[in-house]
Order: sequence, then C-alpha cells, then structure tokens
Amino acid sequence: MTEIQNSNWKLRKGQIIAAKQMTATEKWFDIKLEDGDLDHEPGQFVQVELYGIGEAPISVCSSPTRRGSFELTVRAAGRLTKHMQGMGVGDWLGIRGPFGKPFPVKLMTGNDLLFVAGGLGIAPLRSLINYVIDNRREFGKVDILLGCKTPTDMLFGSEIAGWQKRLDVNFSCTVDRTAPDWKGNVGLITSLIPGVTINPEKTFAVVVGPPIMYKFVIAELLKKRLPERQIILSLERHMKCGMGKCGHCQIDHPKNYYCCKDGPTFTYEEVKESKKL
Amino acid sequence: MNYHILKKDELDGFVKKLAKKMKVYAPVAKGHDNFAFEEVASAGEIALSYIPTILPPKKYFMPQREKLLDFDLTGGKPADRAVLDAPELAIFAVHTCDLAGIQCLNMVFSEKPRDYNYILRKEKIFIIGLECLKYCDGNAGCAMVGNHNPNGGYDLFFTDLGDRFIIHVNTQKGEELVENMGLAKAAAADMAALDKVREGKKQAFATEPGADPKKLPEVFARAMESKIWHELGARCVSCGNCTNVCPTCYCFDMADTINLDMKTGFRTRTWDSCQFETFAAVAGGENFREERANRQRHRFYRKFKYPLDKFYRSFCTGCGRCTRTCMAKISLKDTLKALVAEHK
Repeated sequence: MTEIQNSNWKLRKGQIIAAKQMTATEKWFDIKLEDGDLDHEPGQFVQVELYGIGEAPISVCSSPTRRGSFELTVRAAGRLTKHMQGMGVGDWLGIRGPFGKPFPVKLMTGNDLLFVAGGLGIAPLRSLINYVIDNRREFGKVDILLGCKTPTDMLFGSEIAGWQKRLDVNFSCTVDRTAPDWKGNVGLITSLIPGVTINPEKTFAVVVGPPIMYKFVIAELLKKRLPERQIILSLERHMKCGMGKCGHCQIDHPKNYYCCKDGPTFTYEEVKESKKL
Repeated sequence: MNYHILKKDELDGFVKKLAKKMKVYAPVAKGHDNFAFEEVASAGEIALSYIPTILPPKKYFMPQREKLLDFDLTGGKPADRAVLDAPELAIFAVHTCDLAGIQCLNMVFSEKPRDYNYILRKEKIFIIGLECLKYCDGNAGCAMVGNHNPNGGYDLFFTDLGDRFIIHVNTQKGEELVENMGLAKAAAADMAALDKVREGKKQAFATEPGADPKKLPEVFARAMESKIWHELGARCVSCGNCTNVCPTCYCFDMADTINLDMKTGFRTRTWDSCQFETFAAVAGGENFREERANRQRHRFYRKFKYPLDKFYRSFCTGCGRCTRTCMAKISLKDTLKALVAEHK
C-alpha cells in the first residue's frame, strides 16, 4: 500500500462549533474547518463524511460573505442525515468540496431579484439571499417568496423575521396548511407570484424547492413573461462523488449534464428538455 | 514504424520471461466458450483464440472493489490516508475492442478533478494487444464502431502471421521489453505479410450486420421518446449484468466499513449499475430514473450519445458482452437496428 498525496478523495476535517434543532426533522450546524475557510460561492454544496457511516451531499446554507465557518441545514432523510441529528458541538466530520456551479451572481448583478423557496429549498437559497443582503447596493429590487407545509416547518425563523423588517427586501410567506396562531397567507407558493411586480427585462428569478414545485412556479413566471434564461433553478440529484464520474447525478437531458459539475444551478433554458427537473 | 518478430514456438519463453518481471494476466478458457483474464505463468495456459472474456480488462484498472481511504478515529479527531495498492503487471492478448475500452476509461478518469487511484494504477500496467483476424461471434460489433483494427492504447501489439507474431512497438516501455527479450526486427517480407492480413480483414469485417455508424448520432438525437425503450424495459430484469461486463461502464458507489475495534475503518468504492432501481434515487424519496425503460435508454445514451459530445467517440467498443450476458436476451445490435428502422 502506498499513500496518494494529492488524492481528491482526501477529506478536510471540520468541527461543529454550533448546532440547533430547527424543526422536528431539520437541524442546523455551524462548522469550522481546521485548514481555513471553505471558500465556497452561493449555491455550492459539500460532501459530508461521517466516518464509518458514509458520505452525503449537503448544500451550504451560509453566504461566503460571512467567513470563518460555514453552515449546513440537514433534514433527517437517509442514514447519514438521520445520524447527524444526534451530533452537536465538538463533533468532527470529514468534508470534501465545495462542489458545483454556483448561482450566477455576476450575471444577476444590477438586476431585480425574485427568490422563490419551497420547503428545504430555503437552505441553498439562503446562501444567496444573505450574499445579496450583504451586497445589497449591487442589486435592484429584491423579493423573497417562501412556502412551507405548516408554520412549524419554517426554517431560519428569527433570521426571516429580520428579512421581514428590512425596507430593502420584500418578503412574503405562505403555508400549505395553517395552524391556530398563524396570521399569514395560506395556500401554495404559486399563489404569491401574481402579486409580485416583475420587470421581465431586468429580473432574475431564483427558484429552489422540491421537483414538484418547479413545474408550477415556472409556469407562473413564464406567465409574467420572464425569459427562460432568467429563471435559475437548483436541481436535486444524488451527487455521490461530486467530481462528475460516479454517474449517479446525471440528468436525463441531451446535453449530458452532471448535476454535481454542470449544476446544481441551471437556467430553465438549459434544462427545460430534461425528463424531470 | 517499429516492428519486431516473435516465432510462435518462442511465445512460451516470452511469457515465462515476462512473468519473472511482473505478474502476467491473459485470457484463459473456462469452458462452455467462456474466457477470463487470469494470472498465467506459461503460454500453454493462454487461450490465444478467444471470444471477449466474461469481464473486460477494466477489472485491473478499476477493480470491482477498491480502497480509497483508511481512517482512524482514535482520539476524537479523525485521521485518514488515501491509499493505493497497485502492483506492476502485464495484460497479454488484449483485443482491440478492449484496448478501446481502456482508452475510454483513461479519458474519464484523467478529466479534472482527476482520479489518482485510476491514473497511478494505469501507469503500472503494461498492455500487450492481440489482433482479431475475423469476428469472434455474431454479437460483436467492433467494425461498426471502428475498433476491429488497432487504434493505439497498447505498449506492444501482436498480429498472428501463421508461424510467427509480428509485434508493433508503440511505447518506450515496449521498446525496452522487446530489446530485453532480444526479439529480431521485422523484415520487409513480414511487413508485406502484415499488409496482406489487414487487407484480408477488410473482407472479413465487411459483412457487419449492425447499423450504419454514421447514422447513429442523428438517430440518438431523436430517440429519447422511442417506443423501443419500453420494449426493452418490459424485458429487462435490472440485474446489472450488461453494465458490469461493459468495458466502458465506470459508474461506482462508495461505502464505509468500520472495523471491529470501532476505531479504525476504510472507505471503498465498488462498481455500480445505472440499471439498478435505486441508482438515481435520493434520500428524500424521489427517484429520477424509476422506470426500467428509462434506465435502458440511459445505458444506450451513455454509449452512443453523451460520450460523443464529451469525449468525441462512442463508448460502445463493439465487444458484444452486454448482448452475450443478458438474461432477457436484449441485443445491442438488434436494438440499434430497430432504432434506425424507426428513425426512417
């Protein structure tokens, strides 16, 4: 056995410096790498290794403008993410990455932005929203639409309260099913789109949510005459290696897209021929 | 051009001498017209006339299971090492279809970010090709994709000239071995004999019963919605045999194993198959390629469409293994023919 010094399989070591249970199934982690910053861009993801359990791709939910550590919000869905619910401050994990094509921040600069997040989609989108808020001068009008199943499923509650108070951001939220103390909108996220003023010439919509949401949200945005190349999506696939090789995340599309390398962010124009979004 | 000669009765000496330097693997008859690359020590063990082996030589470049990392959790903070076990070895009598397969894998794993496990292992492998003078069987489609003649990808390449082999030397490593073995240079008569063999091959490989390769890119550009995928899906049992035996299928999965001490362990990668039901599933419950028809379509697109755009070549090498091994008798050539017919 010889050692491979420059192996791309080697893991950076990260330690959890803060953690918080956000909902019954979602936990937030703040992670500090021992070898410096993650140096990611909004929309990228990392491979999280729990030694002995395996690896899973997780979106980075913090903005690179907030340095020193990075944040993940993890839903208990598979073996690794279920195990992570029991982890806390001081625990170590392995990290590969960052991987993937970030949101096209340069392209969006100078334009109006419409963020549409469904469910856990707020996690990757938050990396961009906070980036935009930290560079607020560079962008035009900013609208944020958030949808979740019930009020108790809402993530980043206290931070979202901060967005609501800001005068330079328009924030709206809706829940699929209401609860006794809920005073906000009830209904699908698509119901919020007609109320937003969109200038199709200079607006980018960034949409992140479950596959089922894309179809309906995109239809609403096209009704507003937003060009397909100005609708940005972040697609979900099982990105196992992160290096465009293992094959798991390939999208059924004539262009041979690997979600981990060519994505996860795409314009709707790029992926509209996909069999599934 | 650098050609040498090895008399057939000297082959045993050649293999034995090579086996003293490194392990030598070559096709060995396993009965019922099955062959496998296995370690050999003499020429007598080698099946010089063989149809493509059950598994292609990719097993030496990308082992079915290989270790990527060793890790140690003693003391809280994890430590890991990227490890590689890659002995020097030679593969003898590799057909041109399989040489093409290795070339495809070389491109995949050399693409950034590079896979050093593969690259370092490849550098330790000495490749000796062997020319096919006729079709091995009706399932082969090497001429369809232009792989019936050598297109590089070897250190040395053997062509049978009756009582002797003519050896094309393609690399410095090959040159050193040929010099070390003391093989004579080929004479003008040998070169003329090689030309005659190649001329004869034009006839032997002319009766290719497959589809016109020039038409295939156009066919696949419009075959996403073909009914043929549903026909294949209805027969496919999702066993993954076709991808396991394919010389250019390289999809993999990774897994951790923890040792009984609960402190040390290792991370491995194993071959995976896009034909398995959960291959494109995510933890949240969505499966992006749930139907067998879509998985079969994916396999064909991974051979005849996607790699053409990315690597400028078909990833079907024409070896015919997927057809030979399929339990549902799904034939690659028949599928291509049906797609072409549907396209008309």
